[in-house]
Amino acid sequence: MDYLYYLREEKMPHIWCDGCGHGIILKSILRVIDKLGWEKDDIAMVSGIGCSSRTPGYVDFNTLHTTHGRAIAFATGLKIVKPNLHIIIVSGDGDATAIGGNHFIHAARRNTDLTVIIYNNYIYGMTGGQASPTTPIGKKASTAPYGNPDAPFDISRLAQAAGAAYVARSTVYHVGKTDRYIEQAFLKRGFSVVEIMTPCPTSYGRRNKEGNGVDMIMFQKKNSVGIERAQKMSEEELQGKIITGVFVDKEQNNYLQRYKEVIDKAKQINQ
Amino acid sequence: MKKISKITINEKWCKSCEICVYFCPKSVYDMGRFYPVIARPEDCIACKLCEKLCPDFAITVTPPDIAESIKK
Amino acid sequence: MEKKPNPNVRMWQGNVACAEGAIAAGCRFFAGYPITPSSEIAEVLALRFPVVGGHFIQMEDEIAAMGAVIGGSLGGAKTMTATSGPGFSLKQENIGFAAMAEVPCVIVNVQRGGPSTGLPTHAAQSDVMQARWGTHGDHPIIVLSPSSVRETYDLTVRAFNLAEKYRMPVILLSDEIIGHLTEKIEIPDPSTIEIIDRKKPIDTPENYLPYKMDDSDIPAMANFGEGYRYHVTGLAHDETGFPTNDPEKIRAQMLRLNRKIQRFRDDIVEVETFNTDDMDVLVISFGSTARSVKRAVINAREKGVKAGLLRLKTIWPFPDKEIEALYKPVRKIVVAEMNLGQIAHEVEWATRREKPVVRVNKIDGEPITPIEIYEAIIS
Ligand SMILES: Cc1ncc(C[n+]2csc(CCOP(=O)(O)OP(=O)(O)O)c2C)c(N)n1
Ligand code: SF4
Ligand code: SF4
Ligand code: SF4
Ligand SMILES: [Mg+2]
Repeated sequence: MDYLYYLREEKMPHIWCDGCGHGIILKSILRVIDKLGWEKDDIAMVSGIGCSSRTPGYVDFNTLHTTHGRAIAFATGLKIVKPNLHIIIVSGDGDATAIGGNHFIHAARRNTDLTVIIYNNYIYGMTGGQASPTTPIGKKASTAPYGNPDAPFDISRLAQAAGAAYVARSTVYHVGKTDRYIEQAFLKRGFSVVEIMTPCPTSYGRRNKEGNGVDMIMFQKKNSVGIERAQKMSEEELQGKIITGVFVDKEQNNYLQRYKEVIDKAKQINQ
Repeated sequence: MKKISKITINEKWCKSCEICVYFCPKSVYDMGRFYPVIARPEDCIACKLCEKLCPDFAITVTPPDIAESIKK
Repeated sequence: MEKKPNPNVRMWQGNVACAEGAIAAGCRFFAGYPITPSSEIAEVLALRFPVVGGHFIQMEDEIAAMGAVIGGSLGGAKTMTATSGPGFSLKQENIGFAAMAEVPCVIVNVQRGGPSTGLPTHAAQSDVMQARWGTHGDHPIIVLSPSSVRETYDLTVRAFNLAEKYRMPVILLSDEIIGHLTEKIEIPDPSTIEIIDRKKPIDTPENYLPYKMDDSDIPAMANFGEGYRYHVTGLAHDETGFPTNDPEKIRAQMLRLNRKIQRFRDDIVEVETFNTDDMDVLVISFGSTARSVKRAVINAREKGVKAGLLRLKTIWPFPDKEIEALYKPVRKIVVAEMNLGQIAHEVEWATRREKPVVRVNKIDGEPITPIEIYEAIIS
């Protein structure tokens, strides 16, 4: 496929560091869009603030780079006004689950027809490596110089508990899976989340002696466990492993379908 | 003669992360002084993993049959 | 012959007039979060929008509501949110985004006592400065303040028109007294209401510049999803909408952004004068307090003191020229407001302290009475 067709070529090369996985995720997104044959005019990509949230600047869609954590809120308004737009939200672990955590769980609860792709690198990359809600206990960050005391979120489980219609997790190494999950998420008429584990060698890898991008992706290759296999493993065996797979895939009326019922009822009562 | 894939590396965009070098299942690349070198193109099986994993949109792999048809 | 009832007469609360004014202005998207004393606006629109082809959504917080309103506006709708003190504070970051990215939208703040949770059910006028400078950075903003139920309706329509015309967030700064006041009003015939819509691009998508520098200072705005694929960001950007670090381009855009107010201030600023022709004492006020001032001015006149009222319908940009045109002949200026002198300070600035400025302030949730103002006039 021709990635360049979807890129704003004059904005390249992108700002991401060497070995950063964000570009791998963007490629997956573009491959799926290409496969589905979506028109560029019919796509809106919305983001918050962070390295991951710089994605929209590089793609030739309707693109909206909002405030930190608020992409889902902006996208909710846009979707309501322009329901035929395919809205893709790209977000970081900090953007989506720290400052934007409230919007994330409420969009899942409402089942708004949006897809959120979360680039989870366990860290605030853009601002220089401060701890994020997914930084594991004990790992180092610029604001956790002695090791992080806070327990991390499991983003996929969080989305599942909040009521999302589709939730899956992959890694940048597992491009085949990533493509498949993103496609399923795009086709879901409800709130869909794909969490993709991605290396941040600059702000996380180095500080935690996990090496460069290659080393960190190699770790993903060796330490990922499919969700089915994970179910047969003990807590101990799962220590340090990345559980990948589809966590939720269910049909339920989405927000706009339910609002349509509100309109029908209101008209009936008020006629 | 064995038909081989056409591999191009856009050195303007490549950031020398070496992901292609380490993850190609056929070890087609060696790392050069600045950029990866397509050292063994004949070994390429056109799986496109390098293309998909290159975070910088720097690699294009054209499988042998398509590469051939373009040549003609 | 029996007189036909006037179909345009309503018994409305200020907040209801605001909601109805929004509908009349063409607003079809509202996102909000409940807060006293603004909730009736949300409640009326929750009831009315499904019937008139609009959409009401109760968001998870005020930050989300403000974001949704901007997103909806980018889709092409006229959009509004309504709140009070604490919620207004939460909206500030995204109001700045709307100003920076030039996204039209209306924010209603039905003021209550502050700071913090303050006085949820009592009026204040203490968000004057926050409405102007609540979000960080030099930015344009328009703030309107109604003094009656009918005016709440009119100024809500005007807020949308100004937002659309100048591509910027407009704040309707009401207060608890006006929001909860019920009055019998006559609304204008819908066909007579002037409605302004944002300027649409005439350029082809290939040539479209979302932040074009031209003589108008107001770039045309394309809706998302209609063939104009462009980039919107809160980062400093150039004409194309993409982030830039080029100081020259940043300066040009930032100056244009702020020039929208300076250049069009005469179109934006509206005031009402009452008995100002021969006055000795100028009383300046706005919102609910201006109602007490009017009574005080009448009482003072009855006692032979020539008082006059200047009522600010537009608060920002500040009506300095209008004050300038009035203050020279007067003996003193009285500024009545339910805060500790936020407007008085601006008045002193506008009059270069050439006249004594007497402040009548109250911050206990009680309205300022005509007597209190009267005493300041005659003393
Ligand atoms: C309101 C606000 N607070 C803080 C920041 C600073 N900030 C910018 S990006 C960021 C964290 C981004 O982390 P994440 O979402 O994980 O993205 P990444 O850079 O790791 O891809 C922070 C804290 C901001 N821009 N706005
Ligand atoms: S700081 Fe980390 S997340 Fe940001 S571009 Fe660099 S590697 Fe990627
Ligand atoms: S993966 Fe791409 S960016 Fe990295 S070294 Fe190879 S060609 Fe260069
Ligand atoms: S296509 Fe596959 S085999 Fe060929 S160079 Fe790339 S990774 Fe190696
Ligand atoms: Mg991150």
